[in-house]
Amino acid sequence: MKEAHTRREFLKQAAMAAGAGVGLLGESGRAETVTLPFENGVRTLAKYPQKRPMIVLTARPPQLETPFSVFNEGILTPNDAFFVRYHLANIPLSIDATAHRLTVKGLVERELTLSPAELKAQFETVEITAVNQCSGNSRGFFQPRVGGGQLGNGAMGNAKWKGARLKDILDKAGVKAGAKQVVCDGLDRAVLPDTPDFIKALEIDLARSPDVLVAWEMNGEPLPMLNGFPLRLVVPGYFGTYWIKHLSSLTITPDAFSGFFMSTAYRIPANAGGCVEPGATPASTVPITKFKIRSFLTSHAEGAAVKAGDAIKLRGIAFDSGEGITEVQVSTDGGKSWVGAELGKDLGRYSFREWTHTWKPDASVKSHALKCRAFNRIGETQPLEPLWNPAGYLRNVVETVNVVTAA
Amino acid sequence: MSSPPPDKTDHLFSPVKHRALIIALSAAIVGTLAAGPADTVTIELPPETAAYKPGRNVELAQTFCINCHSADYTAMQPPMPRKFWEATVKKMKEKYAAILPNDPAPLIDYLTEAYGKP
Repeated sequence: MKEAHTRREFLKQAAMAAGAGVGLLGESGRAETVTLPFENGVRTLAKYPQKRPMIVLTARPPQLETPFSVFNEGILTPNDAFFVRYHLANIPLSIDATAHRLTVKGLVERELTLSPAELKAQFETVEITAVNQCSGNSRGFFQPRVGGGQLGNGAMGNAKWKGARLKDILDKAGVKAGAKQVVCDGLDRAVLPDTPDFIKALEIDLARSPDVLVAWEMNGEPLPMLNGFPLRLVVPGYFGTYWIKHLSSLTITPDAFSGFFMSTAYRIPANAGGCVEPGATPASTVPITKFKIRSFLTSHAEGAAVKAGDAIKLRGIAFDSGEGITEVQVSTDGGKSWVGAELGKDLGRYSFREWTHTWKPDASVKSHALKCRAFNRIGETQPLEPLWNPAGYLRNVVETVNVVTAA
Repeated sequence: MSSPPPDKTDHLFSPVKHRALIIALSAAIVGTLAAGPADTVTIELPPETAAYKPGRNVELAQTFCINCHSADYTAMQPPMPRKFWEATVKKMKEKYAAILPNDPAPLIDYLTEAYGKP
């Protein structure tokens, strides 16, 4: 009985964590929906290939958000719940991995053409646990609102990525002097002939850093199709825009690549915070690069009931761009006082880091504003008030979850 | 209790059947080893269900916008003023090389009326 109750409670909380409410499925014949907690936040939940029901942002091309309750299931995000983001609708729906090739060309001693099998055979295999996060994760919370994919907090995930180091592949090709960037392209294409292809460039030093991978596995399984089968770039600490899916070509160039998705899109204000006054236009911009430090409470959803006097375990996650989380603090009084949380197992500096904190709600207080904030090795932390930029990137404000004391 | 007599035909052919099964299984295993479990991945996306809201000039969105993306791209945007939709249509034309009507004003009107705020 208790278990059934807990299960129901969990489902309710899971539903609430995804948003303010969940619609019904089945008998009515209508699609299940979730409501993200901002204006115009109603989304359909739908089952996509190799995925559990996901929050559908757009159907063509598919953009799927992870229901937030998934982040309380474990520190690794299951492949079938990992978010999906495409830009152009001409995406591959069938790929024969034995026929797939990754070409390495441009400013190199010898061009390479590698099948996934050759990649696995010819290079050292390494595995790294790393967060991937969409640049526009949490865009729906921006005030004033900005255009673009109106995401809640679920366009992020943490996985174990297995592959070959990009550096080793570049070394085999022999990068010539004067190389500036590695221009990366995958199989996804635009519908119309003149729409710019989704191509991204890594600075050569980043491409040669030991943590950047050409990955074929995610959490011990081949990459799901919608997450880049059979090969994708893994750029730990950097936003997902660089993690090219269905990776098919690497071109080493002597100049900076000027394609649309580098020179016009995915840019942030050229200042340390990547922000401007809400509503303002930045004087100059630079390409987005690394994550800012973030943390979330995952054990309790907005409006959840907690029992006064009980020892309650608060739980959540924290991550940054790879400096490494050193501390998480929790406030149960809306930010008036903070206490240190206990950090969970360290899965590496690019991973989600679990935190827990045991708390006894005071019976005399009806509503508790729960907050968490992370600190990293170089002393960075999260702002108490949100920062703003016109593209809706980089949100990392200290989030608040209100819970209610039940008798 | 004695078991029923074996079917003569079955008995006669069963070693062959077994051999056939073994050959089939071996082929399957060899196939797996040689080629891996998921060489070819083929997916089918669920049907697109979002549609443009009815309204004056909706046929423009249904003719042009829908070429490159589903209607939910438009529907998920927060309520935005006309200048937002004007900038969006301009971006689609100039940055994404979208095929759009020569006079974009009626399309911008539709987007503002159906999805925007005055």
